[in-house]
Amino acid sequence: MSLLKIQDLKVYFNARGKTVKANNSIDLEIRENEILGLIGETGCGKSILGRAIVGLLPDNVKIGGKIVYRSEDILNLSENGLRKIRGKNIGIILQNPSAALNPVLSIGNQISEIYRYHENMGKKEARIRTAKMLEMVGIDPKRMHEYPHQFSGGMKQRVMIAMGLALNPGLLIADEPTKGLDPTTKDKIIDLICELVINKNMSLLLITHDIGVAEKMCDRIAVMYAGEIIEIATIKNILSNPQHPYTQDLLNSLPKKGLNQTAGESPSLSSPPAGCRFHPRCRCIIGKCLKTHPQLMETEKGTSVRCFLYGNN
Amino acid sequence: MTLLSIKNLKKYYFCGLFNKKEIRAVDGVDLEIKSGRTLGLVGNSGCGKTTVAKIILRLIEPTDGRIIFKEKDITKLRGRELKNLGQEMQIIFQNPETSLNPRMKIYDAILEPLRIHKLCSTDKEYEKILKLIEIVNLNQELLFRYPHELSGGQLQRVVIARILSLNPKFIVADEVTSMLDPLVQAQILNLMKDLQEKLGISYLFISHDMDVVEWMSDEIAVMDEGKIVDWK
Ligand SMILES: Nc1ncnc2c1ncn2[C@@H]1O[C@H](COP(=O)(O)OP(=O)(O)OP(=O)(O)O)[C@@H](O)[C@H]1O
Ligand SMILES: Nc1ncnc2c1ncn2[C@@H]1O[C@H](COP(=O)(O)OP(=O)(O)O)[C@@H](O)[C@H]1O
Ligand code: SF4
Ligand SMILES: [Mg+2]
Ligand SMILES: [Mg+2]
Repeated sequence: MSLLKIQDLKVYFNARGKTVKANNSIDLEIRENEILGLIGETGCGKSILGRAIVGLLPDNVKIGGKIVYRSEDILNLSENGLRKIRGKNIGIILQNPSAALNPVLSIGNQISEIYRYHENMGKKEARIRTAKMLEMVGIDPKRMHEYPHQFSGGMKQRVMIAMGLALNPGLLIADEPTKGLDPTTKDKIIDLICELVINKNMSLLLITHDIGVAEKMCDRIAVMYAGEIIEIATIKNILSNPQHPYTQDLLNSLPKKGLNQTAGESPSLSSPPAGCRFHPRCRCIIGKCLKTHPQLMETEKGTSVRCFLYGNN
Repeated sequence: MTLLSIKNLKKYYFCGLFNKKEIRAVDGVDLEIKSGRTLGLVGNSGCGKTTVAKIILRLIEPTDGRIIFKEKDITKLRGRELKNLGQEMQIIFQNPETSLNPRMKIYDAILEPLRIHKLCSTDKEYEKILKLIEIVNLNQELLFRYPHELSGGQLQRVVIARILSLNPKFIVADEVTSMLDPLVQAQILNLMKDLQEKLGISYLFISHDMDVVEWMSDEIAVMDEGKIVDWK
């Protein structure tokens, strides 16, 4: 069963007279109780996709397509309607905690505010819930009176996680939630999130660069490149049998495999390469890659790839 | 040859009611970094790594201890001497968005250090910046945007380009690649190693990713609750 269905989503920015196509015709489904991983090159549009789902995009944006959450199209909701969905139904953990936290409010107040606003809780009750959440992410509740600048990077990261999970959303979008955490804390956070997915019937869209974390957590993986999805498959298939040349290069660049480099630069999103967007960097290029744009096609059950080497593309 | 050493470094913070609560962020740390080498620094979140780094760069004052750079005690440097030191020692932070001015275009952000230290004539600026962004693999079209219009990984590369412009001798890299995808990470780390070989830069390399630290470092110090507890 699908919980969220994204159809032909386009997110374009206007930057100094140029159109930046940050998301170009994205089709993606997040199922009930599933952890879907989203990986790909920095700047390829992952965070923008996450933000588009909760309607947190800047003003200079043009957006098209459909985002259906439990049979309701939420793409064209009013700001008021969105605010109700955000937090309660769909929670988001943003990528940069320092920018997302208010520097002049204590950590405790920032979390209690969520309970007070969305659940009309009294001060005392909200504070108790806040203490519980902090404890859950491994922060001593006694430190709730401190301010963001007194917390280390990893601690701020955990505060963000506590805020995203505060209202038990049906869908959580987590943008690099384990970034900058040490292995012990990382494992704790992974366990915590997985537990919630199982016990509270939550779904998770996990945006990450950490393939190790993706391997531990995800059911399926979607790989993005230059504003497009280029491969979707189960985590097992992605790791054991990656199909798209970019996915293969990505996995070969891991420290364990010797940090192998791929030649060529990250593509421009305002004037992306013609044909296959990966072609200037691809080792497997064939004639039609230069001019024709490949479609995302199912190559076997549960695996789709955007590349001329596979299927009847 | 030793480039930098720190001796019995301490940093205590006092907070809470009447400043009664004491947090020992760094509690007696000794480290030594050789020229052209990399010292890895690992440890749990909040154990004091960033604090050590900030003290070395004289961004915060230590409670106690000494910092010796090129055989000179720099713990108490002030004024112009401190400014010159800032050219030789650089830090790349965990969160790139906090090290860039939100109202400054990327082009100017990258050139800012060169302009401050008057190291590049105006007519050479464009040439210089093209070289820098090529090194970090940043697309030219990003140059005239503002920081909020870039992704996290793109910002991190801007920060690195900025720092490289000053030809530093010593760079602290604090979780530099945790924002980057594996492909770009491989590029940046290989780049850092190349620069080390070519220019003899030393690194203090802070990361939580043991695979990465092992690949980068000649020696690794493990920190816990403000102290060095192990060497690898
Ligand atoms: N200005 C401050 N006032 C009070 N406490 C502080 C201050 N700055 C840092 N601390 C505390 O010092 C400790 C070490 O902080 P530091 O940022 O150095 O950790 P870290 O090892 O870099 O962690 P991470 O990997 O999570 O970034 C933490 O407990 C932090 O809360
Ligand atoms: N406000 C904006 N205006 C113009 N371009 C933007 C804006 N925000 C992001 N972009 C561009 O959109 C692309 C995708 O960004 P993002 O989703 O943050 O990448 P990532 O996959 O690293 O999270 C990047 O190329 C970025 O430069
Ligand atoms: S379509 Fe062609 S250029 Fe693109 S990834 Fe496949 S082989 Fe490479
Ligand atoms: Mg991002
Ligand atoms: Mg730190």
